[in-house]
Amino acid sequence: MTTLKSLMIPHRIVMMALFAALVLWCAVTLRWDWIPKYTPLAMQGLWNTIWIMAVTTVLGFLLAVPLGLAQAIGPWYLSIPARSFCTVIRGTPLLLQIWLLYYGLGSLFPQFPWIRSSELWPYLRQAWPYAVLALTLSYAGYEGEVMRGAFSGVAKGQLETAKSFGMRRFTMFRRIWLPQAIRNVLPTLGGETILQLKATPLVATITVIDIYAVSSRVRSDTFIVYEPLLLLAVIYMVIAGLITLAFKRFEVKLPR
Amino acid sequence: MKLNTMLAVTVAAAALAAGAATAEQVKIGIAAEAYPPFASVDSSGTWGGWEIEVIGAVCAAAKLDCVITPVAWDGIIPSLTGKQIDAIMASMSITEERAKTIDFSNAYYNTPAVIVADKSMDIEPTPESLAGKIIGIQASTIHQAYAQEYFKGSEIRVYQTQDEANQDLFAGRIDAIQADSIAMADFVGSDAGGCCEIKGPVANDESILGRGAGAGVRKGDDALREALNAGIAAILADGTHEKITARYFNASIYSE
Amino acid sequence: MELILETLGLAESAKLLSLSPPGWGANLLRGLANSLKIASGAFGFGLLIGLFGAYGKLYGGPVLRDLLAIYTTVIRAVPELVLILILYYVGTDLINQASSAMGYGRVEISGIVAGIWVLGIVQGAYSIEVLRGAILAVPPGQIEAARAFGMPPLMTMWRVTIPAMMSFATPGLANLWLIATKDTALLAIVGFSELTLETRQAASSTRAYFTFFLAAGGLYLMVTLCSGAVFGRIEKWARRGQPSLREDRG
Repeated sequence: MTTLKSLMIPHRIVMMALFAALVLWCAVTLRWDWIPKYTPLAMQGLWNTIWIMAVTTVLGFLLAVPLGLAQAIGPWYLSIPARSFCTVIRGTPLLLQIWLLYYGLGSLFPQFPWIRSSELWPYLRQAWPYAVLALTLSYAGYEGEVMRGAFSGVAKGQLETAKSFGMRRFTMFRRIWLPQAIRNVLPTLGGETILQLKATPLVATITVIDIYAVSSRVRSDTFIVYEPLLLLAVIYMVIAGLITLAFKRFEVKLPR
Repeated sequence: MKLNTMLAVTVAAAALAAGAATAEQVKIGIAAEAYPPFASVDSSGTWGGWEIEVIGAVCAAAKLDCVITPVAWDGIIPSLTGKQIDAIMASMSITEERAKTIDFSNAYYNTPAVIVADKSMDIEPTPESLAGKIIGIQASTIHQAYAQEYFKGSEIRVYQTQDEANQDLFAGRIDAIQADSIAMADFVGSDAGGCCEIKGPVANDESILGRGAGAGVRKGDDALREALNAGIAAILADGTHEKITARYFNASIYSE
Repeated sequence: MELILETLGLAESAKLLSLSPPGWGANLLRGLANSLKIASGAFGFGLLIGLFGAYGKLYGGPVLRDLLAIYTTVIRAVPELVLILILYYVGTDLINQASSAMGYGRVEISGIVAGIWVLGIVQGAYSIEVLRGAILAVPPGQIEAARAFGMPPLMTMWRVTIPAMMSFATPGLANLWLIATKDTALLAIVGFSELTLETRQAASSTRAYFTFFLAAGGLYLMVTLCSGAVFGRIEKWARRGQPSLREDRG
């Protein structure tokens, strides 16, 4: 393995030794006795973080395709709303968007009593639908902009060829345009997914129990400050690393 | 661009220089999130409320030069131990758990913890009655500790601020709130709280609910603790405490 | 009836947002000013880190390069919110310990300085990558020519590399500036009175959550759009004398 070889350089060995010493020092001097008690909760939080990230990435991407398309070739009555949506999402902090959706919508419920008797009420009471909605819209806003570039980036000649062979517009889109646009954005998708992972802790502010909320709970229960935060940072790094690896594999498998 | 860079760097340097002055003042930490009627900020940006007035009176009696410093409630103890503030006077209950990390002055008020719920709901402040219900509490409070210990059969939602929990009770997203009786009396008396009423105090457990609210100081900071104790004793003795209380409440909120 | 209600509702919002108390408009603007102060400080601090970091990554020794790689990787993998909490608590703790070790008293760190420090460290990691890419894009002949004429390294950097790389760096830096302004919102979680926290206070005091969050969103959007226009001009200026290339940010 080349990666192993590249680690066997003297200064890197020294650095790794120092790092190991640091880890050991952390393990010995800092307090970790709270871990067993919070493991079940942490697992639940981890699961919430991961599914929220995965679901919103997929939904957001599905929404980004029409957004990108509308901006790239849509008539003005589609492209202007799509572009405004992307500008608004990208121009305001996600935290504010989440609060607007959760508390803003929440403050409207009492004015419309019928909402509480509707079928949707059991879901509207929960916090996660708002979290999923906010993160999906956010991902769609950023990725919609990327997709616009990807659609514009597909060589015109190919489309013209398809047209001259009498391919129907939808077939052309499905068979030529979309696959190439997706291939154009693939290298950026891994990074975008990590950005989405990094956005998930914000949902803790609207009472969703993700892994970040668990670390806050440990902090408020035990008054231990650094240890849960450090462990949390490590957990996010591990997930980010796994995402990077997964996308690398995926990209290698794809024909270029 | 060059100009922009230089400007930004100068701004950063100036800000660093301005911030590095050493302080003589006593920084009293309060929660940056409003907690009416004890502490809330008005539209001109000034803080007011029962506790703010008491802080002023205690500091005047103890001849301390105090500055009120809002910090996030969730991180108020780390801010104290990290020396960003010198004392906490934010309706913090004196509990055994907290006393392991910080020292407390004597209590300057004490009130029971109550359950608040919608008027139409038949809820008693007992674990049996609340089983299966959703209870909202503010993070890092005695109420969080209590609810986690006693209301194991209920779903507990953790909010960063009391106001947000109140808002969600009003919106109907949660069934009940556990919080301090005075803050709740204020809430149910307001427009938004008109939906709800106090269902009664929870069974007392002094080891969790503590012995009233006191000022928190760093461990071993006995000089400041003694000074604050003297100040609290002085305003209790000369009737200032009573006078401030009368302006906000119609009953005493202090008992020996 | 509907119409009257709507105008009444808007009148209510206008009253809440008015600049003089009891309106909360002034609070929002004060928060906005704080946000912009922190954002520009952090952006500048990040650029400083970025410039030295980029040089270190390109021309530094192997140890420095590895350390910088660790810094950029860690910062880019951990959520900003978590970084902010860690840097906020650790940073102030370290500074206090250092100053008491050197025999000074406690150092007081104002909220703005702490915010600049915290966000600056985060921005720095991204700046390094942007500036490194930009320096690499400068034709090496230009730098070699400067060296051949005996220009000292610092002067080469100031007179040749930085002006030449500006046009390549501007789009990335514009993006970073926008991230900086939006990341200031995260400081609300640690209790800085910037725009988002002021908004939250106003919203919970008046219960007009929708009005205030929308108003704050409008303010952020205004900053974004204005910055976009300014950076567009800067880019044009930085590109003067260069053949125009249709930019495709893909």
